[in-house]
Amino acid sequence: MDMEATPSRLSRPNATGSASPSGAALPFLALLLLGILFPLFGGGYWGVIATRACVYWVLVSGLNLVVGFGGQIAIGWVALLTLGAYTTSVLVAGNVTPALPPYLALAIAAVVGAIFGLIVGLPALRLRTFYFAITTLGFATIVTQVALAWQSVTGGGVGVAGPIFPEPFASQWGFYYFCFGLAAICTWMTANVAASRFGRALTAIRDAEVAAEASGIAKPALLATVFLFSGAVAAVAGGLFAALQSYITPDAFTLDLSILFFIAILIGGRGSILGPLLGTILLTVLPEFAAPLVAWSTFLYAVLLLVIVLVIPGGIAEILDFRNRRPLESDRAIIPRPELLEPLLNAPPNAGALTLERVDLSFGGVRAIDGLDLEIHPGQVHGLIGPNGSGKTTTLNVISGYYAQQRGAIRLNGAVLPPFVRHVRANMRIARTFQTPRIVGSASVLENVMIGGTIDGKGTFVESLLSLPRHRRDETMLRDTAMLALAAVGLERLAAVRADRLQHSELRFTEIARALMLRPAFLLLDEPAAGLSAEEIERLGALILAIARAGTGVLVVEHHPDLIFDICHRVTVLNLGRILAAGTPAEIRAHREVVNAYLGA
Amino acid sequence: MVESIVSTGLAVGCIYALIAITYNVMFSASRVFSFTAGTLGMIGGVLGSLFIARMGMPVAAGFLLALAGGAVLGIVTEIVAVRPVLKSLDQHLYVLSTLALALMIQQFTAIEWSTEPQPFPRLFDIASGFDQKFWLPMLACAAVIVGLELLYRRTLVGHAFLAIAEDNFAARALGLPERSLRMASFALAGAIGALAGFAGGEMLLAFFANAPMLTFYGFVPVALGGMGNNRGAVVAGLLLGLFQQAANFLVGGIFASVAVFTVFIIVLLARPEGLAGATLQRRV
Repeated sequence: MDMEATPSRLSRPNATGSASPSGAALPFLALLLLGILFPLFGGGYWGVIATRACVYWVLVSGLNLVVGFGGQIAIGWVALLTLGAYTTSVLVAGNVTPALPPYLALAIAAVVGAIFGLIVGLPALRLRTFYFAITTLGFATIVTQVALAWQSVTGGGVGVAGPIFPEPFASQWGFYYFCFGLAAICTWMTANVAASRFGRALTAIRDAEVAAEASGIAKPALLATVFLFSGAVAAVAGGLFAALQSYITPDAFTLDLSILFFIAILIGGRGSILGPLLGTILLTVLPEFAAPLVAWSTFLYAVLLLVIVLVIPGGIAEILDFRNRRPLESDRAIIPRPELLEPLLNAPPNAGALTLERVDLSFGGVRAIDGLDLEIHPGQVHGLIGPNGSGKTTTLNVISGYYAQQRGAIRLNGAVLPPFVRHVRANMRIARTFQTPRIVGSASVLENVMIGGTIDGKGTFVESLLSLPRHRRDETMLRDTAMLALAAVGLERLAAVRADRLQHSELRFTEIARALMLRPAFLLLDEPAAGLSAEEIERLGALILAIARAGTGVLVVEHHPDLIFDICHRVTVLNLGRILAAGTPAEIRAHREVVNAYLGA
Repeated sequence: MVESIVSTGLAVGCIYALIAITYNVMFSASRVFSFTAGTLGMIGGVLGSLFIARMGMPVAAGFLLALAGGAVLGIVTEIVAVRPVLKSLDQHLYVLSTLALALMIQQFTAIEWSTEPQPFPRLFDIASGFDQKFWLPMLACAAVIVGLELLYRRTLVGHAFLAIAEDNFAARALGLPERSLRMASFALAGAIGALAGFAGGEMLLAFFANAPMLTFYGFVPVALGGMGNNRGAVVAGLLLGLFQQAANFLVGGIFASVAVFTVFIIVLLARPEGLAGATLQRRV
């Protein structure tokens, strides 16, 4: 990527998604200071409460990536707390092995927690929301039952003593600082992930799964990583919890606790770190203010959950998001700058042609595509038109792997494109947009576009957790490229705005910018002009032509004949899944059957 | 021993099947799986014990009131937790809203009723060979299956229920009162759930923590039998009960639940649409 070629005012956007970094960090710094100074004001019992809040947050911070970012409804995470608590306590007590030092036991608990986090989480790859919620619920009940039954190891109903950490963490405040330190590290790590390509990919899986796939995000690998991390920190929280309780029995790990963790995240707001952090503190402290509330606390959490779901789905984070309440300019035009495409696309890899050979696809008795031949060449715009139900979008979906053709082959430069492995398309530099824009509404426009470049990041999840140099380089590169893509489609002024505040036409151009992040060899556009004004369609046409001039092959499915005939090098007309006509725009316009069937006189 | 496994297994299986039907009746009307299904079962047992044992009502009155209580909670579920989120694009919301309502009912019961299991009264004063705690759930399950079959096949309202379940938009286009039918479905589901808890009261006792237990074990037959498929749910429920009791005897209670859970997960992972169901979704 040659950044010299970009206008300098684009290369360092000030109005990025996370505002100025110092401003976003301010609440965290305030909480850090408060936490460090806490022992000066709080006495005895409040120290226990504060320590408990820290322990809970260690777990919730990891769970937040699963629930808040990944959108997986994991309500039984107390199971991992239980697991970590027992693993640490039993290893320190020496019930099965020689007694281990507490730190080693805690580390082993983290490994065990990671493994079980993966086991509990894996069903999420196959199961839909409610199913997954139920399986985590079932897991939570079972872990407690096993703890109760496995008397020789866990002490059964009698329980087992929690670990005691050696000095300097043995005293109450010493242990508080230990937990607080871990909580602070977890905050920092998850905030790093949240602001990384992994965090954005998670929100994409949550809100726009098909777009995530089209951007090359492999859901299984990503979720597995997050479950490992979340399981590990939950088990560490369990070890700390056991030490704080000083003695644990299965009774200590009620489902109520699980609900507290879960609800803390939703009250805080999905896709936020600060919100769930405040939510955790709130829920830990709230019952302490009034004794009668203790019995009713879970009831109140449930009421809160209902209110959040029905009234403020964005949670605390949305309430605190002042920036996005400022009105946007009302008369804003999208003015693409096609000249920026050259540095952005930077001569996409020449992949030869994308070809469909005699492709058949039936749904039951309906032949959606019937012996379709199609050839798309780099640097050309190929139009696909036809009446509703003629198989246009189905063709796109076969190319991008949502359906498997029953016969025929799809080849890229001679190599067969396998069906169903959708995220592989992005690796082959095939990008697409959707008939209804698939956008992460709660993320900024810039972040949405950055999602498109996910596969070009080099750093691993661990590097992002710890904010190592390669992660920071990735972020800079993705941010700069995304700003360039936004400028190219004419949306750079909206980069920092929440995507769900955009107009429909702006969402369409956002999707194109996201697709351009792949530096696509082939770009598939599904009705890009739908819902656009005449002026916008004209600019869109110029943009598409410029994309093709930069070397990308473009396949456009459209209903606007004017746009198609203006920009396409070749046009294929479908009817009932078959090719009615194919040729240059001039030939198609003169084609008698096409005129009769579709274009009208 | 075999006899005991079979009678207990079938009785428990019938309770699970009834909760599964509760899920299904709500699902058919709204495409929503509600976390309150198990809670309704729990409330049936608690209300039965409250009316008959604590307040000394006659069995018939207590029975009808318990069912009515379940029906009311079913309607509350529809109004509070389902209707507001039905139009939302984010389909995850119903999981959260019904979970919240289920927790509220459960916690309220724990605090206002008891956190300890309370005895459920013996309903009939007869000493037959086959204990009523076994045949009551079976009778209830059989009655519900026959009743639903008659309702769906023979009555106009039943046809309307089926129409809504089959194609909501088409049913509304025909002028069916979708909202009233949905509320009626939830009332019916509530009564069926309460019936499950009432008929299984002697076995499960009147205990608030039955709610999450039934929510989980009642959902297993739904998942295995295919969503919305009542026959599949009954077969899967009975199998689940028998399997659980057999495992109980063979490897002990705790590992029986582990076994059930493991089988559940494995089957679901292998066939997410259930053993007797098929779904095809258009995603793009």
